[in-house]
Amino acid sequence: MNRPKKPEPKAQLMQGNEACAEGALLAGCRFFAGYPITPASEIAEHLSYRLPQVDGTFIQMEDEIASMGAVIGGSLAGVKSMTATSGPGFSLMQENLGFACMAEVPCVVVNVMRGGPSTGLPTNPSQGDVMQARWGTHGDHPIIVLSPSSVLECFTLTVKAFNYSEKYRTPVIFLMDEVVAHMREKVVLPEPSEVTVIDRVKPSVPPEWYLPYEDTSFGVPPMGIFGEGYRYHVTGLVHDIRGFPTLRQDEIEPFLLRLFRKISIHFADIQLVESFHTEDADLVIVAYGCTFRSAHRAMVEGRARGLKVGLLKLITLWPFPRRVVEPLTRAKKTLLVPEMNMGQISREVKRVNQGMTTVLAVNKIDGTMITPQEILEKIEEEKK
Amino acid sequence: MIEDRPLIYKYLRHDKKFPHVWCGGCGIGILLGSLIRAIDHLGYAKDEVVLVSGIGCSGRLPVYVDFNTLHTTHGRALTFATGVKLAKPELKVIIIMGDGDATAIGGNHFIHAARRNLDLTAIIVNNNIYGMTGGQYSPTTPYGQRATTAVYGSVEHSFNIAQLAVCAGAVFAARGTVYHVRQLDGLIEKALLKNGFSVVEVISQCHTHYGRLNKLGNQIEMMKQQRDSAVPVEKARKMSPEEMEGKFEIGILVDREAPSYLEQYNKVRQKAKNALSLQLTKEEKEESERREALDKQ
Repeated sequence: MNRPKKPEPKAQLMQGNEACAEGALLAGCRFFAGYPITPASEIAEHLSYRLPQVDGTFIQMEDEIASMGAVIGGSLAGVKSMTATSGPGFSLMQENLGFACMAEVPCVVVNVMRGGPSTGLPTNPSQGDVMQARWGTHGDHPIIVLSPSSVLECFTLTVKAFNYSEKYRTPVIFLMDEVVAHMREKVVLPEPSEVTVIDRVKPSVPPEWYLPYEDTSFGVPPMGIFGEGYRYHVTGLVHDIRGFPTLRQDEIEPFLLRLFRKISIHFADIQLVESFHTEDADLVIVAYGCTFRSAHRAMVEGRARGLKVGLLKLITLWPFPRRVVEPLTRAKKTLLVPEMNMGQISREVKRVNQGMTTVLAVNKIDGTMITPQEILEKIEEEKK
Repeated sequence: MIEDRPLIYKYLRHDKKFPHVWCGGCGIGILLGSLIRAIDHLGYAKDEVVLVSGIGCSGRLPVYVDFNTLHTTHGRALTFATGVKLAKPELKVIIIMGDGDATAIGGNHFIHAARRNLDLTAIIVNNNIYGMTGGQYSPTTPYGQRATTAVYGSVEHSFNIAQLAVCAGAVFAARGTVYHVRQLDGLIEKALLKNGFSVVEVISQCHTHYGRLNKLGNQIEMMKQQRDSAVPVEKARKMSPEEMEGKFEIGILVDREAPSYLEQYNKVRQKAKNALSLQLTKEEKEESERREALDKQ
């Protein structure tokens, strides 16, 4: 008797934006507020269809400023929340994004990068918002930025983005690009049981003892939820440990330093990278997002031609994974940074490098992807 | 108001965050009293009330009250409130805004919140000027009046906030003053009870800036002017535009019934789930057919 075989993992054809939306649902996102924009609209469309099925809420707001405000409100009321946009909308979100940093409200902001500045190139890819994701809102503050390079990563990293936001009570920027967002490729999504989902820590002390912004050894205070008995004040002003506005020097600096410390003591957990053949390589390509795909091809073809090429994929862009890049510079490996901007990450690599080795860049801002050939040409030029 | 003493201890963060930042004689304190009396009269638990504010003198109000309080960015209070209400519909979400906050920087959010008809209560303190930043002209500074950025008199025409709310689709819109405080208690209570987007515009005085720059006298004289220029809605309807010149109506401008956003969205959820269950049964059907075919083999 022929026994039916164990079913193969279900492969499907999926778009990056859809995968991101499904990843959000698996991470427990039950609130989405957004505004239509190319090339991010599919995330909103998919969630407007899926969220009401799972008792979640989708709302299309009047603009991106309102979307970001609603997302923060939803998160404060205890629901994991997300919005998705592209460059022009991301610029509008900066105001309330800063609020989320200041008031330590977990949320995920997807920015599908398109060509800029201004209205720019709505349907063309770019990686021009890397620095905006880091420094877009005013004031000095840390932030976490993740960048996917495949449809599967759109799914898995969205879950990670939610996990980081909940764990560290911070907004997380999910920096996609038009290629990854609109690309359809074969994916086998992990089973829900295989995925770790982290929820925010809530206070366990009696409400009258609760200090909403008190420092902890982990750097992140437990988060009270509106309507659950922990009445406290949430503000975008610099506040004391009780949440009330303060102008005292001995309260301002410790608070702001804690915002940095809660991220910096967890660098090892946050800074995600993937290395390919970096040990024996004398030239290492440092790439992220859709450019990683070309870089990977260039590495494979370069190796076939006998060139010792390695590849470092940056998944976490901010905080910049210095602890991974620095050993490469110390080992005197030549670094090559291809990216679709005029050098936003290559400048960061040069900062880490401090003149120890050669850092090359391939920059392209004509609204098309960098090809493997362009990277290979640069490598061969260097090897001559 | 001796009977208010226990209310102070019950609702104010009296032992935490006083003294307050407002000028002596400001109308915001009177409004806060009205709001607390209305909430107390309705018997809301402190845990279920969320007080959201924007930026400005009114923005500081939530600091002093023992509810779930949220002090947001300038003009965006309604957007944060929308998120809170949608995420936890059982909460009573009240938004305190100023005239500049609600109708200048937050004007777009204001009309869309009214159109959307989510069950929120917006209270807008209208003192005709930006007080906290030092007396610049706002969308409600009357034509010809002075401000620190309109030293020769404002050349812009002002918004009628309560009428704006009516036109944008609010199901309840009212106007009161801090002089007519008993009426204000009632208006806020009615607005809180209303299912849908309700607006109460509260005429208040800024004697520190608006009164001083326009020689309107101290806070007491400005409150007397509120008494003299306020006309009940019913009476105002019978008056000609000329007679209403320089006056404003107080009372309930509109009180109508319409399904709230959440009632509508719950229907969406139901539809989505129905579609999902149909889809599931179809998949289940295919699965069983596949098994039958396997059995036959």
